[in-house]
Formats: sequence, C-alpha cells, structure tokens
Amino acid sequence: MKVAVCLKRVPDTTTKIVIGSDGKSIDENGVKFVPNPYDEYALEEAIALKERAGAGETVVYSLGGDSSQETIRTALAMGIDRGVLLQGAGSADGFEVAKTFAAELKGGGFDLVLFGKLAVDDYNMQVGPMTAELLGVPCITTVAHLTLANGAIEAEREIEGGIEVCTCSMPAVLTIDKGLNTPRLPSLKGIMAAKKKPLEVRPVHVGVGTLMVSSLTLPPERLAGRIVGEGPDAVPALVSLLRTEAKVL
Amino acid sequence: MATATATSKFSGVDFYNIDSLLSEDERAVRDTVRSWVDEHLMPVIGECYIEGKFPKQLIPGMAELGLFGANLPEEYGCAGLNNVAYGLIMQELERGDSGIRSFASVQGGLVMYPIFAFGSDAQKTYWLPRLASGQEIGCFGLTEPDYGSNPGGMITTARETKDGWVLNGTKMWITNGSQATVAVIWAKTGELSDSKSIRGFIVPTSTKGYTAKDQKGKLSLRASDTSEIHLEDVHLPKDAILPKSGGLKSPLNCLTQARYGISWGAIGAAMACYDEAASYAKSRVMFGKPIGQTQIQQVRLADMLTEITKAQLLTLQLGRLKDAKTMTPSQVSLAKRNNVNMATECAREARRLLGANGILVEYHSMRHMANLESVYTYEGTHDMHALILGQEITGLSAF
Ligand SMILES: Cc1cc2nc3c(=O)[nH]c(=O)nc-3n(C[C@H](O)[C@H](O)[C@H](O)COP(=O)(O)OP(=O)(O)OC[C@H]3O[C@@H](n4cnc5c(N)ncnc54)[C@H](O)[C@@H]3O)c2cc1C
Repeated sequence: MKVAVCLKRVPDTTTKIVIGSDGKSIDENGVKFVPNPYDEYALEEAIALKERAGAGETVVYSLGGDSSQETIRTALAMGIDRGVLLQGAGSADGFEVAKTFAAELKGGGFDLVLFGKLAVDDYNMQVGPMTAELLGVPCITTVAHLTLANGAIEAEREIEGGIEVCTCSMPAVLTIDKGLNTPRLPSLKGIMAAKKKPLEVRPVHVGVGTLMVSSLTLPPERLAGRIVGEGPDAVPALVSLLRTEAKVL
Repeated sequence: MATATATSKFSGVDFYNIDSLLSEDERAVRDTVRSWVDEHLMPVIGECYIEGKFPKQLIPGMAELGLFGANLPEEYGCAGLNNVAYGLIMQELERGDSGIRSFASVQGGLVMYPIFAFGSDAQKTYWLPRLASGQEIGCFGLTEPDYGSNPGGMITTARETKDGWVLNGTKMWITNGSQATVAVIWAKTGELSDSKSIRGFIVPTSTKGYTAKDQKGKLSLRASDTSEIHLEDVHLPKDAILPKSGGLKSPLNCLTQARYGISWGAIGAAMACYDEAASYAKSRVMFGKPIGQTQIQQVRLADMLTEITKAQLLTLQLGRLKDAKTMTPSQVSLAKRNNVNMATECAREARRLLGANGILVEYHSMRHMANLESVYTYEGTHDMHALILGQEITGLSAF
C-alpha cells in the first residue's frame, strides 16, 4: 500500500487574522500556522492504512515556502515515512496548484492520493479533484467512511439528509472529511524520530493561472446580543423583534 | 491537532515571543502535550477533582505519548528529549492540573530518575521500559510523619540479612502510594544519627509487609492520590538496593530533578489562571462595561502577565543551564520558590477577579489555587528554599 498525502500549512483557526497592507493577503506576523485540519484526517488515514496493510510507504507532499518544512515534520512525527517539500509560492488558482502536484505524483506508483476535503484558509475544494483529473484516475470527495478490498474502494459520503456510497478502483484520489478517523497526536518519540526521516526539498514553479484574489475583508463584527426577557413572557417581544428588526419572520 | 474535535483550545501566554527562543521540536513537544491536555484531561478534571480521584484511565495515553521520563535515553524506551522540552511537558500538564503533573513528576523525576542515576544495569533494563510504558506505576517514599523538611532525620531502617534486606518504618504524604506497583523507598542502613547511611531501595508494592492507605480529607491536589505507607518487616532480595545511592544527597538529587519540573509546571498553572481571568474580564459586564475596563482589574492582569513573563525567561535559562550540565541545586531552589509563589498569587488574583463564578469547579482558578498550596509545600517548602538560598549567599546554614 503506497499512499501520498498532500498537506497545506494554514493559519491556526483560533488565530486572529489581520489583513495585509495590500488588501488581498493576510498579515502573517505573529500568526501561528498549523497543518490544515482536514489534511490531518488524511494523514491519519494514510498511516492507519499502511499499519493495517502491514507494509508499504506513506509520503507527504506540501507546496509552500521553507516554513512548510515544519508542517511536514509534524506529519512525519505522526508517523508518515518521508516528506517532500515542493518549494515555491502557491497560487490562488487551484488548477495551477493541481498541475504542480500532478506532475510530482505522476509515476510515483501511489495506490491512493489523499487530500483534505478543503483547506481552511481558502475553502476552494478544488485541488484534489483537479489533481485526480490530471492524473487520469477516479476521485471521491468528502469521504467520511472508507473500506478497501481487493484493489477496490468503497467510500461513504455524508450528503444532505443521507449517506451516499461510492465505489471506484485504485489508484484513486480521495478528499477526506472530518469524522473518518481521529488523528493521532505526534508522540514525543515520533517528534524525535521525525528529525531523522527523509525530507526532500524540490524547487517548483507554480504558474500564476487565470484566477486572482482581488480583495480580502474580515466579516462584520458581531453585535452584542440582547436579552429581551425570560420564560414564556419573553415570547411576544422576541417574535415582534424577529419581525420588525431581524425581518426573518 | 484535531482542531475539529477539540472541545476548546488553550493558546498559551507568550508576551515576549519566547517561542522564538525554542527549537522546532521543543515547540512540537509543547503543542502535542497541550492538545492532549485539551482533548483528554480538561473534559474530566473537574469531576476528578470533586470526587477526589486520579484519572487512572489517562495513564495509557500519557505513556503512549511518551510523557514518563521523557528526558531519559531512548535505549530505555524513553523519548530522549532535552530538559527544556521536558520542562515544557510539565508546564502543559500543570496547565491542566497540578495533580496530573505531580503524577508525571513522580513517575519520571522521582522513580525513573533514581533508577537511572543510581541503579545497576539490570535494574535499569528491567524497570525503566516498564515505567516508561506505564505498565508499572511508581512512588517515592522519603517523607515521614516526623521528618518533613528534615528528611535526613528519618527513622525508617534497612537492615542487611544474610540473603537480603529488611525494611521497617512509615512514610507519609506519598504521591501515588496506593496505586503504585513499585516504590523507591529511602531508609537508613546504619545508625539513625548517620544520614550518610541513607540508601534507596526498589520495593515492589506486592511485597509482604508493604501497606498503603490514602490520606483522606485533602482540600488540595484532590485529583492525585496521596498515601501513608507502612513497611513492616518488608523482606527484599540483595539486589533491591540502588547500588550507586549513598547518603541524603541521593534523594536530594532526585528532588532537584522534580523541582526543576515543578518550576515549569507552576508557570503552566499560572498561565491557565491568567488566560481564564483575561477572557472573563473582557466578557463580564458590570456597571454597564466589561470589568476588564476598570483600572483595578487591569492592574491585576498586568501584574499576572508581568510575573508570568519573568518566570518564563528565568525558567528557560534554567533549562538551558541544565542542558549544558551547569545547573546548580540552588538555582533550582530560586526558580521553584519564585515560580510556585508567583503561580499561587496569580491563581488567587484570578479567582478574585472571577467573582462568585471563581469559586466554581467549572472555572479553573480556584482548583489551581488550592492545588498550588501543595506545590508550595512539597519538594521543599517555600521557606526551605529561602534557607537554601540564604545558605548559598552567606555560607551559613539557618536550618
Ligand atoms: C500533596 C502532597 C504530596 C506529597 N508527595 C510526596 C511524595 O511523593 N514523596 C515524599 O517523600 N514526600 C511527599 N510530600 C511531602 C512533602 O515533601 C512534605 O510535606 C514537605 O517536605 C514539608 O514537610 P512537612 O509537611 O512535614 O512540614 P514541616 O517540615 O513540619 O514544616 C512546617 C512548616 O515549618 C517550616 N519550617 C520547617 N523547618 C523550618 C526551619 N528550619 N526554619 C524555618 N521554617 C521551617 C516549613 O516551611 C513549614 O512552613 C508530599 C506532600 C504533599 C502535601
């Protein structure tokens, strides 16, 4: 079982975001970066798949600057065998990123390539499926349950109001939803071992593409809440406010 | 890690970008333990504290992460971390609860360390991997009912027989005493007046004559077991003695390890209280404005942040000295004394800032406040560390 995981370094979801002076990017000063949370499920799955198979290799790929090495080492500390940093600036155009990954993964002999279903920084949900297309292999997105048997994949996707079961053959690309597993924490021994695992750095050039970010704004500040009363007595006031002020009724 | 499943995330206190003084793996270790505390300890600690029970179910997870004896070598199944990373583990555990940090301190600093430092090769290869994996749980018996700050006066004895040793005595206030499967017991092999005859013994707690009874009625460190141990004609084989132990300096050497960890741990408890107080101050509205907008509460918070930041820098340097093998016991005394006192003050002030909510177990400051009274007392009381420093300064012993 040979599994690749594509991993993105993203700002911690609890970080307070400040928009950069160009109005199109975030100010990275003082921002804590973490592995994309959905990618963590993909990492866990890759490690568990290899453990269950009893043999094989897991490889993590990340596109980004040198700081992404730290993110890769987190994956190695969890138990991934080796890492590759595709060293270069990303692009807002998911297709360009997918082209970069596909070029690297082609010929890698992977049975599975796993992505998180989305990256929490840009919510594009594109790179996984586009990479699959470029590799000419099937893709199942937002996988919440996975079974492998005799080279065939059966995956469950949680769709609105139900569960969809999809099947395809290997090799394939899967994008992973939360709930597939519980990502393990890197153990202390894992952290020490990660320093000795191979981490290859390969400079890449990612095209600019055709899609640009023109501006970035923070959501409006949430206004303070208001308590209109307590118990059943408050219902008339609440209904009237929902009608007149919130205009949702 | 596992952002989507974590109940809530603690993001630390770092006003001076002290993170930039840590290496990548030191930060990784800290983050892993921080996430573990968020995910596994925080959801259960309140109930454990109220019920006065140690969360035993967490031991396998702690062992799997490698928290026990993490600064001991890999050949014994340990993580082989440096002392700064080890300190950060203690900080994060005590951010959760002093009782959990105490458990790890005892297992690593007071049980694994003496076996590592004073044990034979056979003792090391047998015991260390079992203790690292949590298969065996240890305790450290030094204090006696009448010998607390003055352990050199102990009256527990070890008498040599033709085929081994016989131990008699009583140990008091022993963390993990009742749940331990193995105890490191300190006893005099010579005259009671001769503290140089103190030696360490590895005592499986299943040995006939060993009994432990939990101390009841504790108002502090409730999520940790503290016991009284009776040793009545406990027969041990010849190889139960730690061959390289000798004199009071051996147990004191262990205490230096544990006190080092406590210096870090106290910062964790203080950070938890500061974090809680700062967020409460911003959200609690009284007289039409957040209490954080009043000068009194701002001074409280400013004082806490100042003291925490000072302690962080002090302790990081202590860790660097320990890694450079130049750290002295009195340097550890200074940090233990300063940091634990600082943390007790932060906890008390945070509790007060929280008003009535501050007395509830749902908030953490009062639990830390009560816990820290034990931390203030054990491993050398605050006063004793002042006397150790006083002796260092003047060359004159006041005790
Ligand atoms: C929760 C908890 C867990 C513990 N776990 C362990 C353990 O695992 N193993 C273990 O061996 N011990 C353990 N201890 C014991 C602890 O180390 C002792 O309680 C401590 O050393 C103080 O001893 P004491 O309680 O007898 O106080 P005492 O020594 O009687 O001190 C009483 C007071 O007198 C002061 N004092 C003492 N001597 C002097 C002096 N010369 N000059 C001025 N003031 C002085 C002290 O500072 C203190 O304020 C634990 C204690 C607690 C509370």
